[in-house]
Amino acid sequence: MTNLVGQDRDSTVGLSRPTPRVPRRPGRFRRTASTAASVTSFFVLLGAWWLITELKWVDKLFLPNPAAVLTRLGELASGGELGEDLGVSVYRVGVGFTLATVLALPLGILMGRYRLWAAVFEPVIDFIRYMPVVAFVPLTILWVGTDDGQKFLIIFIGTFFQQVLLFTDNVRHIPQELIDVGRTLGLSHRRILQRIVVRASAPALWDSLRVSLGWAWTWLVVAELVAATSGLGYRITIAQRYLATETIIGYLLVLGLLGLATDQILRRLGALMFRTATPHK
Amino acid sequence: MHRDTAHLRLRQISVTFGDTTAVAPFDLEVAHNEFVSLVGTSGCGKSTLLNVVAGLIPPTSGTVTLGGHPVGGPGRDRGMVFQKYTLFPWLTAAQNVEFALRDKPDLPRRERRAEALDLLRQVGLGGREDAYPDQLSGGMQQRVAIARALSYRPEVLLMDEPFGALDALTRRVMQDLLTQLWEQHRLTVLFVTHDIEEAVYLSDRVIVMSGTPGQLRREIPIALPRPRNRDLASDERYREACAEAYEEIFTAADTALS
Repeated sequence: MTNLVGQDRDSTVGLSRPTPRVPRRPGRFRRTASTAASVTSFFVLLGAWWLITELKWVDKLFLPNPAAVLTRLGELASGGELGEDLGVSVYRVGVGFTLATVLALPLGILMGRYRLWAAVFEPVIDFIRYMPVVAFVPLTILWVGTDDGQKFLIIFIGTFFQQVLLFTDNVRHIPQELIDVGRTLGLSHRRILQRIVVRASAPALWDSLRVSLGWAWTWLVVAELVAATSGLGYRITIAQRYLATETIIGYLLVLGLLGLATDQILRRLGALMFRTATPHK
Repeated sequence: MHRDTAHLRLRQISVTFGDTTAVAPFDLEVAHNEFVSLVGTSGCGKSTLLNVVAGLIPPTSGTVTLGGHPVGGPGRDRGMVFQKYTLFPWLTAAQNVEFALRDKPDLPRRERRAEALDLLRQVGLGGREDAYPDQLSGGMQQRVAIARALSYRPEVLLMDEPFGALDALTRRVMQDLLTQLWEQHRLTVLFVTHDIEEAVYLSDRVIVMSGTPGQLRREIPIALPRPRNRDLASDERYREACAEAYEEIFTAADTALS
């Protein structure tokens, strides 16, 4: 077959593109500058903390200085407690979050795609979602005791219902035209769901997953604070009992760093998997 | 040109959304290899009508038949090109075309790819097969969309203001591409636009629609020689056809206002 219309004509003629399809890539300078700004904000926070303790504005019982916290963290790390607590908590979040996600993902997708599914589940889920998760702690202890099962359950209750609604919303936001294309291609409902709906909403679903993972951590620590014999939250309660503020703050820092690190990793992974508007040629 | 009797036939099609009637009972026949355009102001029901033919909107009354067979929902006997950019952003240009060929059991993967590349060459995108939609301009994306719609050889090609989002110059390039494809593939096309010159330039017949509810105002046969090119602009018959269509639309608008 011959080339009917030169491929370049369009690009030379189309002086004004209808929409800027290719986003502006930040230059090298801009990228390093923004990284520098992010790092600076951390140092400012650290500096303020150090200054407050140095000037003794606050009793060190309430706010120990950064060095003391770091020393304590070092002790806990070399003593093995930190690793153990972290392991237990990561395991609990892993199981609870996976359970919630595995169930919420198909349900959310079906609810986003089919009105009947939404009509059946959405009001109920919305209703439960408004119940404070904390109030389930005593109830779950009565139901399953204080072992890992109860932690899984709290994480599940805290994330599943939110996830379903997020996923539903993600699926509802995919352009109707993409579904119409599938229909005009003669695809069945099932194929449209598999090949278009799931794939088109995947980047948004991934983002929702990232957000909800943060909540899973929150609810885990809540559960561990109330009734546990291990885990990060448990260690924090014990520390409070002995007025070991360094441990509490140290563990808070660990939780913060853990969240930041996982979020960054998931973000990168998402960009890799979904090719989010970063042209490579 | 050889023409059979009506290939696509719309009989007493009407569409009502709630209390408003979008399309009043409407009849239309399109012959084999005929290029028919529906023109009219926005809201005259022309896109709704096209969506009925595509099977995306069920008509409130009336029937659509294609090759004598009644048309229910959407199907591969009709190909559709939308106004909005509807390529799947996670697939390359070639993969977007291949997507339409996935369920053909007689077509191995390799041939599917070859077929997609051939079509992309025909729409002037040879060499851009591995580009993702966000790396293509609007005009290029519509080229891929046309290639996708042609890939499974539908009996009729439905186009809903396919060049409506493009700038004026790109639009002209695309119109030329479409006439070339039409001549080469002997397509039957039902084309919706609000651009009268575009309709006259491309079509064998222009159907002027107006009003709420939308109805047929006038049929203008375009007896201009083919293949057509831009010299038509100075052709008396071309200008007359455009003038006739404009007049029809403006008088319709006047009666609606008075």
